[in-house]
Amino acid sequence: MSLTEAGLVVGESKRETYVSTEQIQKNIAARLARQRIQDAAFRKVTLGFSLFVLALLAAIIFSLVVGAYPVFEKSGFGFLTSREWNPVTNDFGALNAIYGTVVTSIIALLIAFPVSFGIAIFLTELCPGWLKRPLGTAIELLAAIPSIIYGMWGLFVFAPLFGQYVQPLLTKYLGGVPILGALFQGAPMGIGMLSAGIILAVMVIPFIASVMRDVFEIVPPVLKESAYGLGATTWEVVRNIVLPYTKAGVVGGTMLGLGRALGETMAVTFVIGNTPKIAASLFEPGASIASTIANEFAEAGDGGHISALIAIGLILFIITLIVLSLAKLLLLQLAKGEGART
Amino acid sequence: MNAVLQSSDILINAPSKISVRNLNFFYGSFQGLKNINLEILDRRVTAFIGPSGCGKSTLLRTLNRMYDLYPGQRAEGEIIMNGKNVLDKSQDLNLLRAKVGMVFQKPTPFPMSIYDNIAFGVKLYESLSKAEMDERVEWALNKAAIWGEVKDKLKQSGLSLSGGQQQRLCIARAVAVKPEVVLLDEPTSALDPISTAKVEELLHELKTEYTIAIVTHNMQQAARVSDFTAYMYLGDLVEYGITDELFIKPKRKETEDYITGRFG
Amino acid sequence: MSQQAESTLYRRRIMINRVALTLSLVAMAAGMVFLLWILATLVVKGVGGLNLAVFTQTTPPPGSAGGLLNAIFGSVVMVGIGTLIATPVGILAGVYLAEFGKSGWIAPTTRFVNDILLSAPSIIVGLFVYTVYVAHVKHFSAWAGAFALAIIAVPVIVRTTETMLLLVPNSLREAASALGAPEWKVVTMVALRAVRSGVITGILLAVARISGETAPLLFTALNNQFWSSNLNAPMANLPVVIFQFAMSPFENWVELAWAGAMLITFSVLAINIVTRVVFRQRGN
Repeated sequence: MSLTEAGLVVGESKRETYVSTEQIQKNIAARLARQRIQDAAFRKVTLGFSLFVLALLAAIIFSLVVGAYPVFEKSGFGFLTSREWNPVTNDFGALNAIYGTVVTSIIALLIAFPVSFGIAIFLTELCPGWLKRPLGTAIELLAAIPSIIYGMWGLFVFAPLFGQYVQPLLTKYLGGVPILGALFQGAPMGIGMLSAGIILAVMVIPFIASVMRDVFEIVPPVLKESAYGLGATTWEVVRNIVLPYTKAGVVGGTMLGLGRALGETMAVTFVIGNTPKIAASLFEPGASIASTIANEFAEAGDGGHISALIAIGLILFIITLIVLSLAKLLLLQLAKGEGART
Repeated sequence: MNAVLQSSDILINAPSKISVRNLNFFYGSFQGLKNINLEILDRRVTAFIGPSGCGKSTLLRTLNRMYDLYPGQRAEGEIIMNGKNVLDKSQDLNLLRAKVGMVFQKPTPFPMSIYDNIAFGVKLYESLSKAEMDERVEWALNKAAIWGEVKDKLKQSGLSLSGGQQQRLCIARAVAVKPEVVLLDEPTSALDPISTAKVEELLHELKTEYTIAIVTHNMQQAARVSDFTAYMYLGDLVEYGITDELFIKPKRKETEDYITGRFG
Repeated sequence: MSQQAESTLYRRRIMINRVALTLSLVAMAAGMVFLLWILATLVVKGVGGLNLAVFTQTTPPPGSAGGLLNAIFGSVVMVGIGTLIATPVGILAGVYLAEFGKSGWIAPTTRFVNDILLSAPSIIVGLFVYTVYVAHVKHFSAWAGAFALAIIAVPVIVRTTETMLLLVPNSLREAASALGAPEWKVVTMVALRAVRSGVITGILLAVARISGETAPLLFTALNNQFWSSNLNAPMANLPVVIFQFAMSPFENWVELAWAGAMLITFSVLAINIVTRVVFRQRGN
């Protein structure tokens, strides 16, 4: 039956003979009512799952706070500044692990930033058109390789070569420099804080480079063309047009990479040496928050050990939340400016 | 002279299908329509013309309350259809839209087969058997003068058709639910001249059974296909009347300037 | 004089440009070298250990022959369950963000939180599942591992679903509404259907992402040296087995670890490449 036949059409429609029975009208009314209920339910269900994602973050923070509570109750904020980490005596402090996390991430960023920047410039300004896609995809594939692979490669391939060839050179040429030289002392074992930082750098380069490439690509071609029209070189266009235009995005992308580096577990665990200590030399082994949790959690006995591991997890989560939020805000700011301009 | 009078008598001799009364429309704080009053007559083609941004599409989109999809857009006044104000809060939008079909500027085939494109709308309000549905699909495609071209590939995606065919598929889709009114928003602006001619021919066919309102930026098209024409400018309804009269001897200077191309 | 000064300046600018561009080329080359180096290492070290036994035998004790069957099975099971849980959650949340989140604070906040979860440390997810699930049922289990993987997959699917739905032209939604279709049919039967391949791509990328995740499984699914299909018991899985075997001093374990590493990397890369190729074709 059509709408007309269904008696939906009130009025003098003569185009079809229709049977307007009460039953049919009731059927249509029921259908409309059902649609309204289904629509409302659909909205509520999707809203519910959206709220679920929000609740997930809250639940993660809450569970970590609850799990970490015993340690903070026992040591207070001294937990943050203590260098003790002794499961036997049940004495725990987070400073070693925080130091390891921060230092490896800084090393990673110092290396990854310029390299990513170079890759992004290459992909947007230099690369011939036909190579753009394959090379861009290759960089993205580098980001898709599981982190445990980076760890294995770091331990079995990179570290031995690094210890044998690169570390002695660093000691020889930089070891004598005042202050800076202290960073490059000690036995060239391959593994250690510096190696962990370098492996981390290789891991985060694709993330940072992809974001940078994406933000470089939003620069309006007219802007670049006008600069080229004045006789500017490619580098001058990048420095004076592209970079100022995308500043927020470049910083945001780098922070995103930093967020990744801080929380990376497997790549670091393989090469950092897993010794919780703070040493002047970057050749020395250390431990990061993530590597400590990965190594000790499954074997941790009840009592303070698990709570201490959850507590450093909470610290890590808070640090990455702050870094990632800043990154996101910077990128949003760029997107907003872009929207206002177009 | 006599002949003209006679034909216009026949034209006017139809009941009003939709009465628009004191209609105002707002995009946020911007007023897109200013106190519009007009009658759209049953089984006639009414065309809306005017420069871009004059509110012709806006007016069309109030008739099936398409604007309701977007927050911040609202209409005030009355649009009476079948004795009820469709702007009423109590109006069920899905039911209204089932009765007032719409065809858009660009063809909008759904990402499904040609057959399912037609069946989609029908299934919403009717429970037909397979045979009845087959019959309805054929009927609608015939109405839109595209049956011959697609009858052997009903299972193919609607997206595989050419632009002109896609638009006729969309017209068939709108007709298939047997609406009372069909709204067309610049239906040929994305089509080539041959497809345009086919769609225009189609409108002649359809008006024997449906009330049609069409927005067009093409004045020749309005003159060719419509019985009544409304000229709009900056949200105002400047002039509304029988198409032949409006094009031959417009009553308002602004209308004359526009249709003779002296506009702006 | 002035002409000469100009040409010196000009030469300087050209030099700087050349140096900068060369460095950028070097950076790109370095990226490629690392990619190829890692892949080459996997092939060289992995091929030796890759034989039929890998797929037919379970993980061996030190010093004897064996394969990775139980680990492969465990990975497939946990990734499968994780994806099954994450897919409806991710798609529906993504639908809310794209279709209903135009006003109010919930959608922007969810979008923000989702993007943060997307990059949050995966080991934290492991800790979370441990404290809320494992600690309460008091044993490690495949379920716990699957939950952890699901939590990691959800943000990926939310993000792609939203991005894809935003690509659907409004005219398509209007066309469906204009027939009198209720909202939920407009979204599920027209909008989502129009970007089906994009949403599937998102799901596959999520699968690729969680297939290689190790950290969240370390203390949820743990590991199991033997064949187990019990979802309420610890279950072997490729990443954790690779971790354990690679760090061990036993030669046959290390060899199996490389075989597993090669298997997992090439599967993940294959998913990535295939979805890219298929999606690009559909997109055109």
